[in-house]
Amino acid sequence: MNKELLGILVIFGSTVLLALPLGRYLATIYRGDKSWTDFLAPLERLLFRAGGIDANRSMTWQQHLVALLTINLAWFIWAMFVFCTQGLLPLNPDGNPSMTPDQAFNTAISFLVNCNLQHYSGESGATYFSQLFAVTFLQFVTAATGMAACVVVFNALKEGTTEKLGNFYAYFVKSITRVLLPIATVVALVLVFQGTPMNWAGKAPIVTVQGDSVNVSRGPAAAMIAIKELGTNGGGFFGANSAHPLENPTYLTNAVENFALVLIPLAMVFAFGYYLKRPKLSYMVFGVMTVGFLMLLAPTVYYEMHGNPAIAQMGADQRLGAMEGKEVRLGAAASAYWGITNTVISCGSVNSMHDSHMPISGMAELLGMMTNAFYGGVGVGFLNFFVFVIIAVFISGLMVGRTPEFMGKKIEAREMKIAIIVALLHPLLILTGTALSAHLYAGNPTEYAGWLANPGYHGFSEMLYEFTSSAANNGSGFEGLGDNTPWWNISTGIVMVLARYLPIIGPVAIAGLLARKKFIPESAGTLRVDTATFGVMVFFVIWIIAALAFFPALALGPLAEHFTLY
Amino acid sequence: MKFQLFSALRLTLAMMVLCCVLYPALVWAAAQLAPGHGEGVQIAKNGRVVGFANVGQKFDKPEYFNSRPSAADYHADASSGSNKGPSNPEYLAVVKARLDTFLLQNPGVKAADVPAELITASGSGLDPHLSPAGALVQVPRVARARQLDAARVEALVRQQIEPGTLGPDHVNVLKLNLALDALAGR
Repeated sequence: MNKELLGILVIFGSTVLLALPLGRYLATIYRGDKSWTDFLAPLERLLFRAGGIDANRSMTWQQHLVALLTINLAWFIWAMFVFCTQGLLPLNPDGNPSMTPDQAFNTAISFLVNCNLQHYSGESGATYFSQLFAVTFLQFVTAATGMAACVVVFNALKEGTTEKLGNFYAYFVKSITRVLLPIATVVALVLVFQGTPMNWAGKAPIVTVQGDSVNVSRGPAAAMIAIKELGTNGGGFFGANSAHPLENPTYLTNAVENFALVLIPLAMVFAFGYYLKRPKLSYMVFGVMTVGFLMLLAPTVYYEMHGNPAIAQMGADQRLGAMEGKEVRLGAAASAYWGITNTVISCGSVNSMHDSHMPISGMAELLGMMTNAFYGGVGVGFLNFFVFVIIAVFISGLMVGRTPEFMGKKIEAREMKIAIIVALLHPLLILTGTALSAHLYAGNPTEYAGWLANPGYHGFSEMLYEFTSSAANNGSGFEGLGDNTPWWNISTGIVMVLARYLPIIGPVAIAGLLARKKFIPESAGTLRVDTATFGVMVFFVIWIIAALAFFPALALGPLAEHFTLY
Repeated sequence: MKFQLFSALRLTLAMMVLCCVLYPALVWAAAQLAPGHGEGVQIAKNGRVVGFANVGQKFDKPEYFNSRPSAADYHADASSGSNKGPSNPEYLAVVKARLDTFLLQNPGVKAADVPAELITASGSGLDPHLSPAGALVQVPRVARARQLDAARVEALVRQQIEPGTLGPDHVNVLKLNLALDALAGR
């Protein structure tokens, strides 16, 4: 077997193997059962006392949302303040300037919603202070926010009827102390010992062997890179993200970073089954997600490893694959695997430039973000999937002619309305944003000439990708797009906010409404949701709603480009 | 609500101490034991630092093994890829020109022997590596420019190959060129 293919198999296999026990562990700690990490309880008590929080007070779904949104608002104000004043704050050895207000708005929103659109380059657009106290901070807490919201939904699906769905702060704090911090520390240690910098000095001026003067950017990178992957934020320390040889120095760091970003979304799926003591249910979810994931991965690996046909025509040797935008130490297969894992999971870090990928790979990456539920970001990926499950239950119920029920609760008009609004919001935001941008560009191509790095169909794909990435809270980009302009900063900022909070509020509300309803024990007439048949049903609901809605746009961009190239 | 906001601010501050002070401090302390002490692994020649092991630098003279084309021109404080799409005609013309230039500078080499990484830009613009084929194809030119025996230069390249356990085999261009300088007595 080809060595590079074996490489991605090893990375994926080890992730699944470790996600299983982690899922069991997550279920244990969220349930509050005894676990070997109980020695951290004093630290947690200290944090609760610092916040003046009673972690044993169980909250309703509305109280959960108030707590979540309030603390998010506080973070937004803090991040805006840091980005607007970073030039004057300490830890700025390179003397980088503060951000303009529209760029600060975009950046603050971007990290607040666990996206990483990054209309700046880390080397020149951020300071060590903002990288640590705004970016790294938000990479921890927004991941924990998603996980906490996810546990609230788990609680609502338990047997019985209840208003009380646990304590938001307890889930939030435990996610950080018992999951994110320990694993991030291990990942960061691997990185520093493989050569990733973790220092406070500014750029190192050197004269190269040939006599060129260059400045080598460094900084407290390892700590941030670990949580950027683990929390599926994806925001890079350096401009080139994980393609940068200091951010991702070896094949090993690449494997570990890629492992870290897939780990928790997978574990969350297994945690769902363990938490409700219905592991078969999580195997169904995992199965559907994995089929979707592999369907996107296979063509991407194929096309990246086979190179660019236009370069093949020139006669060059493309045995290594399509090397534009890729690094030699990582290779085409690992770059393709990274590209797909980072788009199906709303991480959005890159180890090769997606703008230079083959058209079908670009389309697979777009589809990963358009569905946004094949694994998905920490916590929120499961919430997106939950919405599709509700819709699938409803449609199945109609097909067999009985009242749709899920986990012993009737799905009625109110829940369905919320589910459909959340599901349709995604295509609405993406297609409207892309259409407006295309309209602006077509109306005045000279004024907006700086937007697109590539002509024709690929240029359209660049705009489509930017809005898809924003709406999926992904953050990767077809980075040729000249996106640090008021139009892109503000429009994508608004899209990111809507696309983060509505898909959290919606599922939590559905779950809260369901939890209050009368519990109907399972009988012979109940629709079984932990079967392969139901899995197929969910899969088609996802494809029809999330993928086919985008088909016309994909036909204008990547598909059209593919057929001109092959 | 007012109470919630106050509570949120206090929890935020406490979390900041944990995630933005203690955690980075721990990683920084561990880095002091790592190669390069967290400053990046530097390479010196005759007592002068000439580069970082992991950061690619520009080599375009005929007597050195040339590094890959770079969209950042190897400015290590402005990493970036070209972000050119695969069907962009302007981009394809640039690639063709790079191939033609390479063939001109390396007489006797056929297009089919030129690996793609030598005519395409990397993702970071700072790729420190070449594939073994990418270095070997330059051996005759380098040997001629240095007036060295091609077989010795080829043996040097083969020594410098770092086998990838699961990823591609690669050669660090900076280390290779320093070894070459040592071989040539410079």
